[in-house]
Amino acid sequence: MKPGYGGRILRIDLSEGKITKEPTPDALIKDYLGARGFIVRTLHDELSPGTDPLSPEALFITATGPLTGLFVPSSGKIQSGGKSPITGGYGEANSGGHFPAELKLAGYDMIVLTGARDKPCYIVVDDDDVRIEDAGELWGKGSITAEEMLKKNLGEDFQIATIGPAGENLVKIACITHDFGRQAGRTGLGAILGSKKVKAICVRGTRTIPVHDIDGLIEVGRRMYQQCFTNPAFELWQTYGTSAVVNWANRIGAFPTRNFQGGYFEQFTNISGPRMRKDIVLINKACFSCAMCCGKYSRTTTDDYDVHVEGPEYETTAMIGGDCALGSIKDIAYANYLCDEYGIDTISGGSIIAFAIECFEKGIIDEKDTGGIKLKFGDAKGVFEMVKKIALRQDIGDLLAEGATKASRTLGKGSERFAMQMKGLEQSGYESRRAPAMLLSYMTSDIGAHHRPSWAVTHDLATGRDSVEGKAEKVIELQHTRPLFDTLGVCRLPWIEMQVPVSDYAEAYRKATGIDYSEEELLGISEKIWNLTRMFWVREIPGFGRAYDFPPARIYEEKLKGGTTDGGILERDKVEALLDDYYKLRGWNQNGIPTPEKLKSLGLDWVIKDLK
Amino acid sequence: MLIGRDETRCTGCRTCQLACALCHFKENNPKKSAIGIMGEFPAPGKYHISLCTQCEKCIDVCPEGAISNVKGIIKIDPDKCTYCLACVDACPFGAIFTHRDFKIPFICDVCGECVNICPTKALYWKE
Repeated sequence: MKPGYGGRILRIDLSEGKITKEPTPDALIKDYLGARGFIVRTLHDELSPGTDPLSPEALFITATGPLTGLFVPSSGKIQSGGKSPITGGYGEANSGGHFPAELKLAGYDMIVLTGARDKPCYIVVDDDDVRIEDAGELWGKGSITAEEMLKKNLGEDFQIATIGPAGENLVKIACITHDFGRQAGRTGLGAILGSKKVKAICVRGTRTIPVHDIDGLIEVGRRMYQQCFTNPAFELWQTYGTSAVVNWANRIGAFPTRNFQGGYFEQFTNISGPRMRKDIVLINKACFSCAMCCGKYSRTTTDDYDVHVEGPEYETTAMIGGDCALGSIKDIAYANYLCDEYGIDTISGGSIIAFAIECFEKGIIDEKDTGGIKLKFGDAKGVFEMVKKIALRQDIGDLLAEGATKASRTLGKGSERFAMQMKGLEQSGYESRRAPAMLLSYMTSDIGAHHRPSWAVTHDLATGRDSVEGKAEKVIELQHTRPLFDTLGVCRLPWIEMQVPVSDYAEAYRKATGIDYSEEELLGISEKIWNLTRMFWVREIPGFGRAYDFPPARIYEEKLKGGTTDGGILERDKVEALLDDYYKLRGWNQNGIPTPEKLKSLGLDWVIKDLK
Repeated sequence: MLIGRDETRCTGCRTCQLACALCHFKENNPKKSAIGIMGEFPAPGKYHISLCTQCEKCIDVCPEGAISNVKGIIKIDPDKCTYCLACVDACPFGAIFTHRDFKIPFICDVCGECVNICPTKALYWKE
């Protein structure tokens, strides 16, 4: 028994059909805490350098943290990871719902999949009973349809994660869906499951999660919930969830519009949180143990469609709404549904479709490429069709399914300048030419241009929207704090939005595990993990360095159009200055590579060999 | 006093189940809760809450006379209960629960921990 942990690692060799359960090593717990830490260490140890992410030798990992499933607000989080099919570097996606707690209740901290099946399958983890079943007619079905079928077959009390046709077709922006609308969206992990012919993972757990000091955990847990309940923003957050951000982002000119040509979408009030609530939302839908219930479960209906969908979340509204210029929340919700059912990430999906629309409008692609579809910003039908074409790899969809980087390199004609990605991952929903700390967050994020590890827009508002001084320091602080939540297996939002202090999470960790780490020590482990994810890029990408942290040219060559950030730009020398500061403060060289001294100071001597 | 349910407010977060099991068994295990939460998705998209209403049907069907209402709380006498599960089958609300760790079923004892923790007031005190 390991307090705070499921206590076991489940390994499945799909080629051999071999299932093994082993105790979670104490050293792994002590040195890497959980989830994210477990994933990156396991990848370094067990994935051979240079492995093709979609080959049988590749690993798919999903891992909970020490607080997952415990009496702590929003403890329903899991990290999934592997070598990313879209970037070739460190791939990781965060997701919620009820699967994470269920896995821990079944007594597992982590599942590691290796090998590949000959025939499509799904995996059932029913407490100690683990088996691989024939997928049969599930293969080819949409993510939501497959989940519904599996629930009918196995029982309502199973928690199920599925891939859609996109994952089956090895689309590099394929996601994993669970609980009818929560996704492990980013870095194309759905394609890894597809390559292994795993349609779904279904879990039921009934064990008690052991806790070191249960009375102590109840006390700190109650305090954390009370902090949420009494926060003035609590009710607002419950009502709108992340969609509340739409109005704000437009006011400050940070809402990606028409493939990041602008930071303000003139129709934003039609797709805002209040409008969404009024037009489509049925109920609030929460992840496990969460008081905030960001999830909005909706029904979107017109003469052309009538579907249920969870969302849209802010990111989806930003990337499919603003970035493709769709001015109807119903259309955005329907596109959201299509992405979910076909199994593609709405962030990368929205971004790549916006890229394709711009290519079409500039004459770089035409109707011969799109199978007769006229792409146009603001045209919802074109967006719907493109989601399907990407997932099914039809026409230009086959190229777009490889991601914006590969697509733009193939299409050429200057399209690389507006393929909005960094490290090969499409940028998520914050326009940041006038938010340098946010831009640096994207540039240096350890999975590519994503906002999860660091989100710094409010810091830019407070300290100057064009100044680069002092920004790197803040970004580094955020890159240690925010991923700590991902490592502990909890959601960061009660901390961000309800001001539940980090010290409470550290206390909950101590009560749960009996391991006496201070907040500072936990953040120290977070820094170690950050350096280790960086070293995974160094190991896997020949010539990895500063160039990979650079944004697309649109950021420093093109002025923003419209709204309060009209005319905004971040000059190239400022972009370089951000990186100079960042590397220096990180103890990395000016090519962005950790120095041997830095690695040694973090206890990562064993990875110095990968510096080559 | 009884605990009321407003299913339209339920978000399916299951914090009530955590609090329930912590209160009664001092265990972090929502599967040891006397509250049932079941989703109906993708359509129509809602949650159902199963909770004892003290209808006393279980008292009527128990062949051992092991179940009684003691001052407004439904109790199962562990010495009389044979784990035949007649009460579980008969409960019109699906509100009598079992777990492989226990030799008798368990029912809400109206302690109110779920009401205290429910973030959306889907569970509330009812006269």
